[in-house]
Amino acid sequence: MEARILGQFRAIVGKGLITETSQLHTYECDGLTNLRVLPQAVLLPTSTSEVQAIVRICQREKIPFVARGSGTGLSGGALPVDNGVVISLARMNRILEVDLPNARVVVEPGVINSDVTMRVAPHGYFYAPDPSSQSVCSIGGNVAENSGGAHCLKYGFTTTHVLALEVVLPDGAIVHLGSRAVDRPGYDLPGIFVGSEGTLGIATKVVLRIVKKPAVIQTLLAAFNSTEEAGAAVSGIIAAGVLPAAIEMMDNLAIQAAEASVHAGYPNCGGLLLVELDGPAAEVEHLMEQVGRICTQCGAWEIRVAQSEAERAVVWKGRKAAFAAMGRISPNYIVQDGVIPRTALPKVLGDIERMSAAEGLRVANVFHAGDGNLHPLVLYDGRIAGQEERAMELSINILRLCVKYGGSITGEHGVGEEKKMMMGEMFAEPDLETMQLVRCAFDPERLSNPGKVFPRTRLCAERIGPYQAHPLEVAGVAQFF
Amino acid sequence: MGTRSLPHPSIAAVETAWSDLRALVGEEHMRASMMEDAVDDVLPQMVIEPGTAEEVAGALKIATGAGLKVIPRGGATKMGWGNSPRGGELILSTRRLNRVVEHAWGDMTATVEAGCTFQHLQETLAAHGQRLALDPLWPEHATIGGILATNDSGPLRVRFGSLRDLIIGITLALPDGTLAKSGGKVVKNVAGYDLPKLATGSLGTLGIITQAIFRLHPVPRESRTLSFATSDDATSHGEGMNALVLAIQDCNMVPTGVQVRAGRGSAPEVDLRFEGTAAGCEAQIEQTMRLESRARRIESPADVWNAHAELFRGSEDCVVCKFSVLPADLGVFLESIRTVTEPLHLPWKLVAQAVGAGYLRFERRDSGAVISVLHDLRKKLETRGGSLVILRCPHEIKSTMDVWGSAGDALALMRSIKAQFDPTGVLNPGRFVGGI
Repeated sequence: MEARILGQFRAIVGKGLITETSQLHTYECDGLTNLRVLPQAVLLPTSTSEVQAIVRICQREKIPFVARGSGTGLSGGALPVDNGVVISLARMNRILEVDLPNARVVVEPGVINSDVTMRVAPHGYFYAPDPSSQSVCSIGGNVAENSGGAHCLKYGFTTTHVLALEVVLPDGAIVHLGSRAVDRPGYDLPGIFVGSEGTLGIATKVVLRIVKKPAVIQTLLAAFNSTEEAGAAVSGIIAAGVLPAAIEMMDNLAIQAAEASVHAGYPNCGGLLLVELDGPAAEVEHLMEQVGRICTQCGAWEIRVAQSEAERAVVWKGRKAAFAAMGRISPNYIVQDGVIPRTALPKVLGDIERMSAAEGLRVANVFHAGDGNLHPLVLYDGRIAGQEERAMELSINILRLCVKYGGSITGEHGVGEEKKMMMGEMFAEPDLETMQLVRCAFDPERLSNPGKVFPRTRLCAERIGPYQAHPLEVAGVAQFF
Repeated sequence: MGTRSLPHPSIAAVETAWSDLRALVGEEHMRASMMEDAVDDVLPQMVIEPGTAEEVAGALKIATGAGLKVIPRGGATKMGWGNSPRGGELILSTRRLNRVVEHAWGDMTATVEAGCTFQHLQETLAAHGQRLALDPLWPEHATIGGILATNDSGPLRVRFGSLRDLIIGITLALPDGTLAKSGGKVVKNVAGYDLPKLATGSLGTLGIITQAIFRLHPVPRESRTLSFATSDDATSHGEGMNALVLAIQDCNMVPTGVQVRAGRGSAPEVDLRFEGTAAGCEAQIEQTMRLESRARRIESPADVWNAHAELFRGSEDCVVCKFSVLPADLGVFLESIRTVTEPLHLPWKLVAQAVGAGYLRFERRDSGAVISVLHDLRKKLETRGGSLVILRCPHEIKSTMDVWGSAGDALALMRSIKAQFDPTGVLNPGRFVGGI
């Protein structure tokens, strides 16, 4: 990168500019570690105006930029782009305002997810989205990915809890999307911005909605002989009109890994179900009895109900550690994130089992069973030639299976770099072209996290319809990329 | 950046378009318009009723090609909402797209065509003990497409959120004839931009919704309503009401309705609803009765959860607005209404939901007075992050006032979005914020 530009960046962020190669390596990937790109520079602004000044230079010099929170994303959303810079929001980490009467909290994007809950917990509130990485991931990253978590079955996703944002657009303008009060007249811009994976601009301030802690929380743990039986119990619970706060399922391989890793004390069974109910005490007690009955009818041979905070923490420990625990039973693994209509679960699990046997690779399954969000973990040994490629292929084929059953290629991890080629299998060309219209309105020059999410992007001056070469392309000024 | 408006279409082009449209949907599904098809002072020439999503897209393409402006219509219950259109030659009615395509009750989702009435959808879902957890205005006539386009909601939103929290997939027909899907049939899905949310509340200015997919909730086993009268008067600044509503929200009960009714010359009343198991409802009622409040329990009026719809009843000579306010500001807002209306002896009535959204009605005595009250209240609300949108008013008010109020510094961005989706300004021109 030209010294002239670096000088201008330094004038904005001072020591918050990283150009040393050894230091840049820290930023070359996110949680998807098999993809790496070394950025030209990393900037660590401390204010909205610094972000704006950086983006204005990027705009003027046509430098692509990638915003980054804590770098815990699993789809390569924060992967740097060639010849681009990374703008890390880690230093913008202040909770600016806590407004309890209105249940609003205003934060900077670098604030850690669980810090929001920690701040408001003494007043009986919590911030509902709870991705497994919540102790380290940032709100800005959650906004980009529209992060979910185990409890989004009842409480919704990040988008449910973001009321307004201050955003630096790719042209450097500062705009305010949404408002603290609901239903601001105009298009639902927070709705389109949240989950846009950093492709529409950089959030510099976020107004969150917090939720009152339920009176009672109970977590039931039920052991079944198979995931089919556990799946039937999930169907039974939903059919009975019960809306749990969370329903999680783990198969035997996932249980073994969790046990080896954190000794959660799970029964050694074919399918384990965690069902969490929350709400008024009388309601929870009544429904928990019913859930227990349904589980027993479906073949559960052991049922425990955790009532205290400490008991619940133990029950959840194994589940929350499930991904990392795979390291205990396999040298390498790939985490996937597919979604299926919940009722297709038995068929899909059967198919995964067959595919796994055919490839000779083990697949552990951890799911948010209530909303059909699967996290198949494909285990492999990277030291064996060709196994990584086969594992990748298998994990992609599992996503194809999800699409075949009417589901999605991602429920909460995002498309990012990893799954952009899968978008064409889930959406038809006109669907993707229509999404591009939004991109063109926010970022016509595609400087903000370019190349992510979509398999290919067209120049914004093109019109939808049969492909026509752009005048710039014809003139040899720009390439289609 | 705005939308380019086309020059007036040539007579020949229009004649060709009419015959193309007729050929597309069939003679019997296109007719000349009548007086009741007028939208404010705009009387379109034709009304077309396509039978499929493909026909909707095809009709839009033909209209765009001929430079005709299109006004989408569902159940026609809210055609007066928004600013007066800048023009409109064709009404595109979704009346024939009225099927519940799929109720995947095991997955708790439903796919429904835009022209299906809300009531028909609910009746279909009830067969499996489920519902779309929304209570919009005029469910027997209002259609899914129209409810989405206007982002309508009711008392249930305190528990279940508004449409943006319930919609999971959409099919949109764009002015160039593209038929695009976004989202899907699963509740949890982050693949691609969230166009279902963008379309919700866009008043048909980006595309015509042909189909939507929703997440569903179980129909509750039991429901209990209780109401309270506060002793607030002109000197207590709505404090009693505010304190009660905040106390309800500050304890860990889970009401599915927290509503405030107020009006000129009467103390505000608060309605509360619990749903779920009988035991759960009773326990929460007991908990409510233990709250410290000077409010006293009263018998709930009949059909109290439909009180917001009552504000639209009768007289054409009224003004009805939707307002949005920070929840804790509701008391202050009531006080503002009192302060600005009292010197004018202007009668008003309000029904608000505890999330801070509600409807406000004025009986018009003279337009000038109402206009100054509206400006005054809007300013007060906007300063604190709220809004005031006029939904129903006499023509002389609409012709002097923008019904939406400010869209803030994001208006330019909204215009860019409009320009991308509808570059020649075919859909509902002028009816949305900032003249979009």
